[in-house]
Amino acid sequence: MRPKTSLCAAAALAVAAGGATAAELTIATVNNADMIIMQRLSPQWEEQSGHTLNWVVLEENVLRQRVTTDIATGGGSFDIITIGSYETPIWGAQGWLVPLDDIGGEDYDLDDIFEPVRAGLSADGTLFAVPFYAESSFTFYRTDLFEAAGIEAPTEQITYDEFREIVAQVHDPDNGVFGTCQRGKPGWGENMAFIGPLVNAFGGRWFDMDWNPQIDSEEWRNAITFYVDLMTEFGPPGAVSNGHNENRALFAEGRCATWIDATSAAGYIFNPNESTVADRTGFFPAPKQVTDRGTGWFWAWALAIPSSSQNVDAAKDFLAWATSREYIELVGETEGWVAVPPGTRVSTYENPAYIEAAPFAETVRDAILAADPSNPTAEPVPYTGIQYVSIPEFQGIGNFVGQQIAAALAGQQSVEDALAASQAFAEREMRRAGYIQ
Amino acid sequence: MARAVPLPRKALTTALAWTIGVLMFFPILWIGILAFRTEVDAIRPPLQVLAAPWTTESFAAVQQRSNYLRHFTNSVVIALGSTAIALLVAIPAAWSMAFVPSRRTKNVLLWMLSTKMLPPVGVLIPIYLIFRDAGLLDTRTGLVIVLTLINLPIVVWMLYTYFREIPAEILEAARMDGATLRSELLFVLLPMAVPGIASTVLLNVILAWNEAFWTLNLSAARAAPLTAFIASYSSPEGLFYAKLSAASIMAIAPILLIGWVSQRQLVRGLTFGAVK
Repeated sequence: MRPKTSLCAAAALAVAAGGATAAELTIATVNNADMIIMQRLSPQWEEQSGHTLNWVVLEENVLRQRVTTDIATGGGSFDIITIGSYETPIWGAQGWLVPLDDIGGEDYDLDDIFEPVRAGLSADGTLFAVPFYAESSFTFYRTDLFEAAGIEAPTEQITYDEFREIVAQVHDPDNGVFGTCQRGKPGWGENMAFIGPLVNAFGGRWFDMDWNPQIDSEEWRNAITFYVDLMTEFGPPGAVSNGHNENRALFAEGRCATWIDATSAAGYIFNPNESTVADRTGFFPAPKQVTDRGTGWFWAWALAIPSSSQNVDAAKDFLAWATSREYIELVGETEGWVAVPPGTRVSTYENPAYIEAAPFAETVRDAILAADPSNPTAEPVPYTGIQYVSIPEFQGIGNFVGQQIAAALAGQQSVEDALAASQAFAEREMRRAGYIQ
Repeated sequence: MARAVPLPRKALTTALAWTIGVLMFFPILWIGILAFRTEVDAIRPPLQVLAAPWTTESFAAVQQRSNYLRHFTNSVVIALGSTAIALLVAIPAAWSMAFVPSRRTKNVLLWMLSTKMLPPVGVLIPIYLIFRDAGLLDTRTGLVIVLTLINLPIVVWMLYTYFREIPAEILEAARMDGATLRSELLFVLLPMAVPGIASTVLLNVILAWNEAFWTLNLSAARAAPLTAFIASYSSPEGLFYAKLSAASIMAIAPILLIGWVSQRQLVRGLTFGAVK
């Protein structure tokens, strides 16, 4: 190539690169603490890449509806979306998401991402979203109350019966401390996130291998009766309106002796600027009962690119940046190590700075590695997902069952009636969707 | 002369009115208090919330993270734009229905109102597709159009009710004096209907300002008004009560202020007829 030609080619490349840097990306995300940090740090990526980001921050359910409408109609309003482990395989299989197996190149080190997390964000072996943070569930407890009651903190996974005995000993409503706080607010992502693993522990399952609903089974009855009794006896008043946030506030205020919920809340509970019990909180695995399968849930918030995006390359570049090892280090250095997005990379848990700052780190890692969405129940099932079932119909069914169980918790109907209504609804929906005749 | 009301009854009525007023205002008051607390103080029991020190850090955090001015400008353009266009269409429509009714006027009015009974989500997909093809997604023009159409039945109904109170003879007299249709509308009808039009405008601005379904679903980053601004501080995983309250106060303050300043006009327009 002559010098003049090569110069022209270089100029053309520069122009092309310049054209690429002009991309304006719209990113839709949820208002969780880790996403807020990402938004705050993103100007660094804008500076180094030359692209700009427009942020659309919405509440989780609004975002899900908004993004579903846009993707299903090919609206193309978003270039990057925040998506959960429930939707990713469903949307990926629909062809709504851009495959990400080639993301970031060698430096990105895809193998550094926990295998169960990658598996949860794939469909038919293709990765459709990269994890921003992942969580399982475990039991938060108040070390001072356990000490005062002479209870040894469990080191192994205990049963729900043993859990109940402990709760009874630390229940002290006269001093404003309730034995346990669990989710009561209806919704597939609210009370059902707790109830799903509870039912798994009692040996129950949503569907048998032929997709017949199993909600009126003995196992479900035992689990829900246990839940209603536990909450009625040892829970805070009005527990039916408490979701994750309300319980988080109650626990942070020192009103709950135990709380089984998202491991990702640990960073908040252990932050003395936000919690009054930061130095008095310990943790142990979520209890089992007749089985230890599917007793801790699995959830990942991830970033994906809708197939309707016009800026796939730039969007991939952002995804690689926001979920990279370097990003985690950047958060650790600028925001403090306790604030780094947890549960995604092996290297995070090999970092001494993180292990030192986050006393819960290893328990969280063990909980995430133990969660196996592809094998969630004692008896075989045709679905994946621990606290949810990876089919589009689950949102509707999960919400309905959540409402029925909330009504039972509020004393408006019996557990029997709640489960019978849930079973009838699930059968109708599954029949309508063609899973069963 | 006003009829004398016995003192106990007057006191009781006053107490009842105050109780209802305070109950209705209490959520806004509480949001106002939470907005000036830290996140940790905002989740404490009520008495401790009241005793906690005042701070503006939530406002600062919201201001730093969101572009309030852009959302505010979008809200103003969308609310005023949709109200202005709705009035342009509704005034002639209400005039014709009030003063030149046909056999089907009643049915037309009822049909217009019936469109408000349809759950918006039922037409979300068709409207979304139309907007996509017309390039109106995430544009203020698109939101002005959709909010105009959504609030049009209410505007027509309200104006129709006010216009009907105006004696048709006055308009007839104007016509006898040689007024054209345009001058009849502009110089005779409108001056008499000012209180009614003013309250219609106010109500429509409030409705458009607070409309959340369409503004959230048809906007993304560029045209998002204050409803999207508030929604961005709601979270199922994380405690942002103070920031959410600060965002809410910032979003409702302008409309609250307008309502406060014009409440006399608004109440008069909503409770009295045109020529009383």
